[in-house]
Amino acid sequence: MNTAQAGGGSRSSRFKWLVPTLYIVFLMIPIYWLINMSLKTNTEIVTGFSLWPNNLTFDNYKVIFGDPTWYNGYINSIIYVVMNTVIAVAVALPAAYAFSRYRFLGDKHMFFWLLTNRMAPPAVFALPFFQLYSAFGLIDTHIAVALAHCLFNVPLAVWILEGFMSGVPREIDETAYIDGYSFPKFFGKIFMPLIASGIGVAAFFCFMFSWVELLIARTLTVTEAKPIAAIMTRTISATGVDWGVQAAAGALTIIPGALVIYFVRNYIAKGFALGRV
Amino acid sequence: MLELVDVSKKVGAQAHLSGISLTLEPGSLNVLLGPTLAGKTSLMRVMAGLDKPTQGDVRSDGKSVLGVSVRNRSVAMVYQQFINYPALTVFENIASPMRVAGVDRATIERRVREAADLLKLSEFLDRTPLNLSGGQQQRTALARALVKDAKLVLLDEPLANLDYKLREELRDELPKLFAKTGAVLVYATTEPQEALLLGGHTATLSEGRLTQFGPTIDVYNRPTDLQTAQTFADPPLNTATVHKRGAELVLGEHSVGCTTPSLPDGEYLMGVRPHHLNLHQHSDTATAVTATVSSSEITGSETFIHINADSEKWVLLTHGVHRMDKGQSLSVYIDPARVYLFDTQGQLVQAPSNSAKAA
Repeated sequence: MNTAQAGGGSRSSRFKWLVPTLYIVFLMIPIYWLINMSLKTNTEIVTGFSLWPNNLTFDNYKVIFGDPTWYNGYINSIIYVVMNTVIAVAVALPAAYAFSRYRFLGDKHMFFWLLTNRMAPPAVFALPFFQLYSAFGLIDTHIAVALAHCLFNVPLAVWILEGFMSGVPREIDETAYIDGYSFPKFFGKIFMPLIASGIGVAAFFCFMFSWVELLIARTLTVTEAKPIAAIMTRTISATGVDWGVQAAAGALTIIPGALVIYFVRNYIAKGFALGRV
Repeated sequence: MLELVDVSKKVGAQAHLSGISLTLEPGSLNVLLGPTLAGKTSLMRVMAGLDKPTQGDVRSDGKSVLGVSVRNRSVAMVYQQFINYPALTVFENIASPMRVAGVDRATIERRVREAADLLKLSEFLDRTPLNLSGGQQQRTALARALVKDAKLVLLDEPLANLDYKLREELRDELPKLFAKTGAVLVYATTEPQEALLLGGHTATLSEGRLTQFGPTIDVYNRPTDLQTAQTFADPPLNTATVHKRGAELVLGEHSVGCTTPSLPDGEYLMGVRPHHLNLHQHSDTATAVTATVSSSEITGSETFIHINADSEKWVLLTHGVHRMDKGQSLSVYIDPARVYLFDTQGQLVQAPSNSAKAA
């Protein structure tokens, strides 16, 4: 029995590596190609096909790090993304608590309605936002983009956090009140540590969606708060496309997301287990 | 002292509690006994102040506490599930009510250690609750309730999720622990046996109504009505409709003597506890009823025999191991002195005459 199993196991395990390897290879090819391109000169990119840079150059990166109009794009993006993440999670925490703990008229409908916000394409909202923010003089500020991104990030954060909060028994809340905790104290000291992974997951998704969103961010900014994705369009000019710099800029935009994913990878697995992500 | 005055609680159209009046003395042990959904937890939540009654008043030492939020009441509560703060250590879990109340460090340290000693938690104070066994988790919750020194301590089936050994141990210790604090102790349970073991006073609940409140042993021996008798019986009370004629209770083709001949003739409901049914003629006055066996369970020193007697399903509890075959017919002896009689409204009209001994 044992030997038969071991024999069968070794036969199938001979090819066990194949599927994941293929998967990872296909997944990594575009990223490799992006990095590959960012280390080549434009001439090499447009004139031939090479699997690795023949004339290794860091000039493309030097362009970005040497020019404030380039690297300010990253700074702008990070500023409004962090602002958005903080606002979205801060607003979603009490909302998710209410949805998870209280029954009120229309609670289920409202919870579903939150999600419908995510169904409309962001382009629908770009124009109203532009008009509204012009009226308030918010155009070309970081807070404008951060607030606009709340439109889809707050519902998402509420949805994720509600799942985590409903996993905490209500009796813990009651025990805390019986012990004499006030609501803010209970929430900060007892409750938040219990849903820490949920906050991590919600923050990650807010960060990610805000980081990759281009249309609204570009519509609402001019120069002062212009996101990196918008600045990247500068590489297309009358003299042609600066492929190398664009590839370098693209490679750099992956880094923040990769860093955040690295820190919350365990929490995300937990979030998937709860069925809310 | 805690007083409930005509407390009702409705959720939607459903009445979870209706018209409950109860006075609980300080330093007393009160058992709330009833099956699941009888309203034990609802009643405790009203007592604690977690829920507001839709009607009626809750008074502590004569003053209404309906307007006082649960935070400011002197209450401690332990749930059936082991509820602790998972993010805090056992020490901080126990200390938590005192920390909130602003008790000084030295006192907290001393009282947590005391409580931990009493509940055998001293070596686990640095762990978090999720790294403890179920019994230790529940003891942590109990220790937290103990250090709070509340006037009202509510234990909602605190031992239901523990294994029997821990259960017996804690059941023994609990009343003693809280008796010293002079608190009103309320203990909810579904098990009649647990109520009897705990002693004190028992309030029997059935479908949101309080059916009887009094010293536990009295409630057991002289339930005022059928509801109470059925609530306070495990295995269930055997009942049968009987016709009383003179000194006879006629049950189908059998008859059992009636010890209260002064009752008017008519229809009554007879109740006999399973351990008062006998396989042998154990007293001169006992009469036989023929029955057929439907199944039997052997628990070790005792045997439960499920029988069909006169189209009623009965349970007989007897000592020793008895092997019974399904369908076997046997004679079951009923001693008239051990019979409960209820009138058609379900009110008790006759209890076993020597009930003190019968218990």
